[in-house]
Amino acid sequence: MSKAGNKSWIGQSVERIEDLTLLAGRGRYIDDIGLPPGTLHAAILRSPHAHAEIRAINTEAARRASGVAAVITAAEVTKLSASLVVGVKAPIECWPIAAGHVRYVGEPVAVVVAADRYLAEDALELIEVDYTPLPAIVDPLAALDPHLPPLHEGLGGNIASDRSFRYGDPERAFAEAARKVSVSIRYPRNSCTPIETYGVVAVYDPAEDAYDVLANFQGPFSLHPVMARALKVPGNRLRLRTPPDSGGSFGIKQGVFPYVVLIGIAARVAGRPVKWLEDRLEHLCASVSATNRVTQLEAAVNTDGRVCALRYDQIEDVGAHIRAPEPATLYRMHGNLTGAYDIRHVAVRNRVVLTNKTPTGLNRGFGGPQMYYALERLMQRVAIELKLDPIDVIRRNLVPAKAFPYRTATGALLDSGDYSHALDVALHDGEFAELKERRDVARAQGRIYGIGCTAVVEPSVSNMGYITTVLTAEERRRAGAKNGAQATATVAFDPLGTVSVQTASAPQGQGHRTVLAQIVADVFGLVPNDIHTVSEIDTARDAWSIASGNYSSRFAAAVGGAAHLAATRLKEKLARTAAAKLNVSPVEVEFAGGRVCARGNPDNSIPFARLAATSHWSPGMVTEGNQALRETVFWTPPELTPPTDADEVNSSLCHGFIFDFCGVEVDRITGAVRVDKYVTMHDCGRVLHPGMVAGQITGGFAQGVGAALYEEFAYSPEGAFLTGTFVDYLLPTTTEVPAPTILHVETLSPFTPLGAKGVGEGNCMSTPVCLANAVADALGIAAIDLPMTPSKLAAHIHPPEHARGRS
Amino acid sequence: MKPARFDYLRAGTLAEAHATLASEGEDARVLAGGQSLVPMLSMRMARPKVLVDIMHLPQLAKIENDGNTIRIGAGVRQAKLLAWPALPEHQPLLAAALPWVGHAQTRSRGTVCGSVAHADPSAEIPLALLALKGAIHLSSRQRQRRVPAADFFTGMMSTARNDDELIEAVEVPCRTPGHGYAFHEFGRRHGDFAIVACAAVAHADGVRLAIGGVADCPAVRDYPDLTDTALDDALDGFSRELDARDDLHATESFRRNLVRQLGRAAIEEARRCRA
Repeated sequence: MSKAGNKSWIGQSVERIEDLTLLAGRGRYIDDIGLPPGTLHAAILRSPHAHAEIRAINTEAARRASGVAAVITAAEVTKLSASLVVGVKAPIECWPIAAGHVRYVGEPVAVVVAADRYLAEDALELIEVDYTPLPAIVDPLAALDPHLPPLHEGLGGNIASDRSFRYGDPERAFAEAARKVSVSIRYPRNSCTPIETYGVVAVYDPAEDAYDVLANFQGPFSLHPVMARALKVPGNRLRLRTPPDSGGSFGIKQGVFPYVVLIGIAARVAGRPVKWLEDRLEHLCASVSATNRVTQLEAAVNTDGRVCALRYDQIEDVGAHIRAPEPATLYRMHGNLTGAYDIRHVAVRNRVVLTNKTPTGLNRGFGGPQMYYALERLMQRVAIELKLDPIDVIRRNLVPAKAFPYRTATGALLDSGDYSHALDVALHDGEFAELKERRDVARAQGRIYGIGCTAVVEPSVSNMGYITTVLTAEERRRAGAKNGAQATATVAFDPLGTVSVQTASAPQGQGHRTVLAQIVADVFGLVPNDIHTVSEIDTARDAWSIASGNYSSRFAAAVGGAAHLAATRLKEKLARTAAAKLNVSPVEVEFAGGRVCARGNPDNSIPFARLAATSHWSPGMVTEGNQALRETVFWTPPELTPPTDADEVNSSLCHGFIFDFCGVEVDRITGAVRVDKYVTMHDCGRVLHPGMVAGQITGGFAQGVGAALYEEFAYSPEGAFLTGTFVDYLLPTTTEVPAPTILHVETLSPFTPLGAKGVGEGNCMSTPVCLANAVADALGIAAIDLPMTPSKLAAHIHPPEHARGRS
Repeated sequence: MKPARFDYLRAGTLAEAHATLASEGEDARVLAGGQSLVPMLSMRMARPKVLVDIMHLPQLAKIENDGNTIRIGAGVRQAKLLAWPALPEHQPLLAAALPWVGHAQTRSRGTVCGSVAHADPSAEIPLALLALKGAIHLSSRQRQRRVPAADFFTGMMSTARNDDELIEAVEVPCRTPGHGYAFHEFGRRHGDFAIVACAAVAHADGVRLAIGGVADCPAVRDYPDLTDTALDDALDGFSRELDARDDLHATESFRRNLVRQLGRAAIEEARRCRA
């Protein structure tokens, strides 16, 4: 690698440090990690019922089966652990295994620990469970019915939380509105389905009453105290480690945490280390799903299409348990309920309901897909009902460039942007006018063709306090304020003067190590290959906080920024030490090309490595303040304050902007959607690695296509799970995903050290609704729900069948 | 997702395979490419006591063409047949149908006869066999027999094969001069099981149309040279005789409509190919 002049590594698509290992098959994923001697293997018996009482479990035959060391049921789990904490103030218990009742298909009922997985699965078949089936609640609207029996005894009904919010004067705005436009949405369940499933290797040390667990957990590490409390050990007696490589997560790996508890207990009962790897059948039915949501959204609108007020009614289906951090999916977007628009009056009612479905959790987009589907369908309806151009309606409502930083009605502080400019560039460079001509030609030929567009603000770097918006201000006062997004990074020198970096952000394939090397190489005037990065996390050794982990698109903005700050602190110390050696002032010391020199006099220089090793070899020559061996930075942005008493919350630190448009054709015979053209414009602040940003956008787009056209976790009305394999849960493959046109403008974030914003989730938020708007335009229909399957769309194209006759 | 215990026999001779099938009956299963059987084993939906692997019998791994009939042995993988240079010339319908069978990865393992033995109602190869009036060669320790495709597929994943028999080969007639062939399919994604698949053979006296994916097993009808509304009526009748059902991927009415529309498209293309 060569580097010309003072050009920065940041902003270049350097080769990924990770790739040689991964492409050669030498990655170390959870299933590749060597096991402690004597490790046993677990298999889990799961509920075939959506809802049933467990009257008895007979495990005798399984305990006697060949190779079986232990069989664990709720009897052991409730004795040796405590219920997982629940995210709302309600008398609900949440165990990692069914206690008394099963409440979804796939809920763990028993764990067999045996010499190998085959024998463990053999023994599962010998367990007899006496179930009394109970009626299941599947539809979230049914869960509102106070007459139906509660799924959890402690709760009066099946509504776990019901909060109403009011910002500005929405009643007056609606009363005075020229027009009202509304949409009614049922957003389905889906998931981003990583290739690698969950895995846990748990060791229990009875001498110290301590658990040592290797799991492909991704964070947030706010779940570490949840797990430690459940295991009834102090936090320092739960050592949690992650493998160096991950086969993808998209948030889903957060949901391994109940299994950390369950397999930890299994190891304790068995008296041996225990490994459990989730298989695909288990993953699809029982890992985590995104929430399904029923939304009524209404806008108060002026005749020119200006939206004055919004009224949300959101019913969030979290499944059978409110598992931490839920109901966070509902509140993650709370500051952003007005999207990219300058709307000052908002009314919200948020209800969280329980149903007999898999519990929900983190899933790329996390609340954004559900919210933007309603908001951006609404914006299209505003245009249609007022006979306006959809682009004009979006443009008229965008937050103006001069308003940044802009405080939204619900409390988010939008850091920076020029949304109108980004929109104009997208329309021009993406050739929107040409797309309209294509549409007109297609329609003239009798083809079913439509155009959709959408504008989205993509939040990143979550405020750990946003979830407390589910509590009332009074409840928050009693519980103590929560906020922040602490990011940590450590940079260290070894005796040969080389540089190591460690961060508390478990990568899931994004390329963290490469970006960290770019960032730190820039600080020290080195090349990325000089920097070694460690990406696994060990809570017993590493610097971490509850905000650690890899979620809410926080790496580039927060973790990368922390690494920059840690390296910069060391550099300042080195500069002072070097200044004495070079006989110049510290501000005249420059780091470039692997050397440290006096500005303007490259001959007066010393090798970087020698300077960086000084504190190892001759610490007595370095003043105490300049000792430079290792620097750990804990960075927390002051903007992420707790929710106010008026329930305003700055739910995220950074806000990227996305404007998408697309053209689609619906096949007249089959109803199949063909994406003809897709343009996605992003402003994600400073782009650290263009290739990786394109990868994030392309991957999110593919998952957005999946959500729009293929994917749904489907249940029968009785609660049977219908999509238990990839034959029925359809992911788009490479032949179904066209290449989007990716455009950028760059508006740096003033709130992050490098000006970067997150870019990991945006297309999961924008693409489903952009495609839906295009299909609605093509078919000329007002109501459309996902996934837009050929069978559903064909019903809008084909005339109804004659009782007996021709088509 | 681990199979229950089973024994594995790598048959060194056909006689050895026959002997095991005879002694174990329905507790034995023939293992060829394993693309359907192995997932069923892993999910414990199939629990044979013994698997009889026939992929090491060289006499089964042959494609034979005598100018009238193409005989495809039980060891022939789908990819091998698809790559056989003579296929498009000698049997264009199979050449058109094979790319719809799964994906390149599954075709590189899966066998032609394995698909016939599995008899999935959406499978393309059984459909093509039926449209072409192909036949299945079965053998056991006791006897050999040839069963026409029309008699072989008896229902949802059920066939006329007896427990002691294995499929040694399937045969299809070579292209007949003056016949036209066409294959149309619709699935949710490329490589998925068909929601509706249509194989059409047009000849001087009319057209033969086979439909898969709708009924429990592929169905076929022979029509005189119908046109316009008479053809519409015939296809409408066929669509209603197939007992289409709603499932996750399609409604019954959607399936009937595809039978009418794709069926017509296949017939029209087959007729054009005659010319």
